[in-house]
Amino acid sequence: MERDKTILLAHGSGGSYSRRLTEDVFAKAFDNPLLAPLNDQAVFCLPAKKLAFTTDSYVVKPIFFPGGDIGKLSVCGTINDLAVGGAEPVYLSASFIIEEGLSMDELKRVVDSMAKTARDAGVSIVTGDTKVVERGKGDKLFINTAGIGVIHGPELTPMNIRPGDKVVVSGTMGDHGIAIMTHREGIRMDSPIESDCAPLHTLAMDIISAAPTGVRAMRDPTRGGLATVLNEFAASSGCCISIREEDLPVKDAVRGACEILGFDPLYLANEGKLVVVVSSPEAKAALAAMRAHPLGKDAAIIGTVSDGPKGKVLLETSIGNTRIIDMLSGEQLPRIC
Amino acid sequence: MKYIDEFRQKEAAQAIIKKIRSLSRKEVNIMEICGTHTHSISKYGIREALPENIRLISGPGCPVCVTSATDVNRIIEFSRTRKDAIIATFGDMMKVPGTDSSLQEEKARGADIRVVYSPLDSIEIARNNPDKEVVLFAVGFETTSPTVAATMLGAKEAGLRNFSALSLHKLTPPAMKALLDSGEIKIDGFIAPGHVTAIIGARAYGFLAEDYKSPCVVAGFEPIDALLGIYMLIRQFEEDRCAIEIEYDRVVTWEGNTRAQEVINEVFEPSDSLWRGIGNIPGSGLSFRQTYSEFDAEKRFSMPKGVDAEPKGCQCGSVLKGLITPDKCPLFAKACTPEFPIGPCMVSSEGTCAAWYKYRRIA
Repeated sequence: MERDKTILLAHGSGGSYSRRLTEDVFAKAFDNPLLAPLNDQAVFCLPAKKLAFTTDSYVVKPIFFPGGDIGKLSVCGTINDLAVGGAEPVYLSASFIIEEGLSMDELKRVVDSMAKTARDAGVSIVTGDTKVVERGKGDKLFINTAGIGVIHGPELTPMNIRPGDKVVVSGTMGDHGIAIMTHREGIRMDSPIESDCAPLHTLAMDIISAAPTGVRAMRDPTRGGLATVLNEFAASSGCCISIREEDLPVKDAVRGACEILGFDPLYLANEGKLVVVVSSPEAKAALAAMRAHPLGKDAAIIGTVSDGPKGKVLLETSIGNTRIIDMLSGEQLPRIC
Repeated sequence: MKYIDEFRQKEAAQAIIKKIRSLSRKEVNIMEICGTHTHSISKYGIREALPENIRLISGPGCPVCVTSATDVNRIIEFSRTRKDAIIATFGDMMKVPGTDSSLQEEKARGADIRVVYSPLDSIEIARNNPDKEVVLFAVGFETTSPTVAATMLGAKEAGLRNFSALSLHKLTPPAMKALLDSGEIKIDGFIAPGHVTAIIGARAYGFLAEDYKSPCVVAGFEPIDALLGIYMLIRQFEEDRCAIEIEYDRVVTWEGNTRAQEVINEVFEPSDSLWRGIGNIPGSGLSFRQTYSEFDAEKRFSMPKGVDAEPKGCQCGSVLKGLITPDKCPLFAKACTPEFPIGPCMVSSEGTCAAWYKYRRIA
């Protein structure tokens, strides 16, 4: 049998198998000076500024999907959680929980994808850990990443949202959720939908630079989708948010898949989109900055903040009537990120 | 998107609303009898756009909701006693509360209960588990029963010995008749379900116009379909006419899908059936014919009897009959929410309470 073709329990034992896995797979791919000593911790200095710190776990099924994989998702997701707080992501950690029997080839593909995504985004994966669980006790691979970022500009919080502000999205809604669902269920589309999975920190920085005093709050609408983010904004600011269905960017293929599967794009997960609330005078500048960025070319102003019913999100439907948009409850799709 | 965008056009929708407003004078109660209509009407804010003299009432149109507490209790009891059985059912059914449990809770406690997207999937489960008894908990209206019937044809052809179904299928026209006969609620006209009628044909509603002088329009599920259906009913009311009309003519015919009807008739025959909130309605269910009795779970096992007790305080029965709107139930949006549903109308995405909760709590 060829050596190290499959992940064995021994790869999580802490002994020679673990060492080989760390050196040959992880250290080789993530290669950077802070990781290189392979100590129990990475040691570094950061500028004396406000820092942001976050963590997230990734359990997406399947681990490879159109437009991405669990590795790319785990790097983008944590970068984005930092970016929406106005932070520039600097260092990440990565922990792997691997099910016994995963092929080494699949693991390498995931790790290479993480390394490339991190490199392209200008962040380093500086520390990590590996555990292996018995076959049947995991589902191929779970990844946890944590990240540290430096905040240069203003701190963003939904408490700053006030009547008159505009709601802007950076592109089409629901791509990731539908990409995973159609792939998982084996639904073949004329034009397959790819996940929008992407690191959003440069887009976020561009928006903040274009509207330095106008950006109130920013969020990446992942699980629970746009509807959930807007409800959180409305609840924390005590304002009413009204959006127009007509103005909401949704790809035709995503709408088609939603019709077949009975989903609403408002509740679908995105992994490469921002929802931003900007003051009315700076909304146009923020929109222009988004559209000038490759990840924001479909950006659109979709609504406004008003004095209406406190804490509620209202939708002007495509036929011109109004209804509320509730938070996601119940019908969420399992394990999409 | 073709066949979708045309039926969600703002200008057309507003024009129909305007026409309804200018034409409608009489106080009328219109019942929609399909959960998808209930959902669509709420989702597009149609109720709010109509004048106050038009009242839309949601009827017993959600297949999960109309399944009686007795039948839910029976399958729960069965799952507890028959450890050699696998129960296959549709996703929404998992969360429907019986008197003191749900299939979801029984699954967590160890019962083998599996969600299927299509009844045909349950055949696969039976094939892969030859030492287990696979029982399909078959609920649904005329839209679902042809697929279940086809599943039985497939099971017979494959000679499956470990597969059966508990047939709790419901038929729509007898329920409409029962509601009118009960006299509990005033219904002036019906919006009939588009997809059910695609199977059974619009002629099935002839008795409404003839015996009850009740107009009925078969409508599709897009907002313009629903609005046009309401407009066609209003025109009948204002012109003192009474007829069965088809708005959804891109799908529905007078005869229906005769092939589907044949498949249903091959496997099933009409029988009495228990509806939540309404009770027994003669001829409103489908039982296995003698020739398919080997697949009838009722005959194959001594199915538990099950008690007919609603969850405490639940008013789903009254909601299903259109006697109250969900917000009049003291549990609505308080003890009973989509996350912690007490009654079935809050469980299913097609349930009236779920639609009200999701789209109508502005104040």
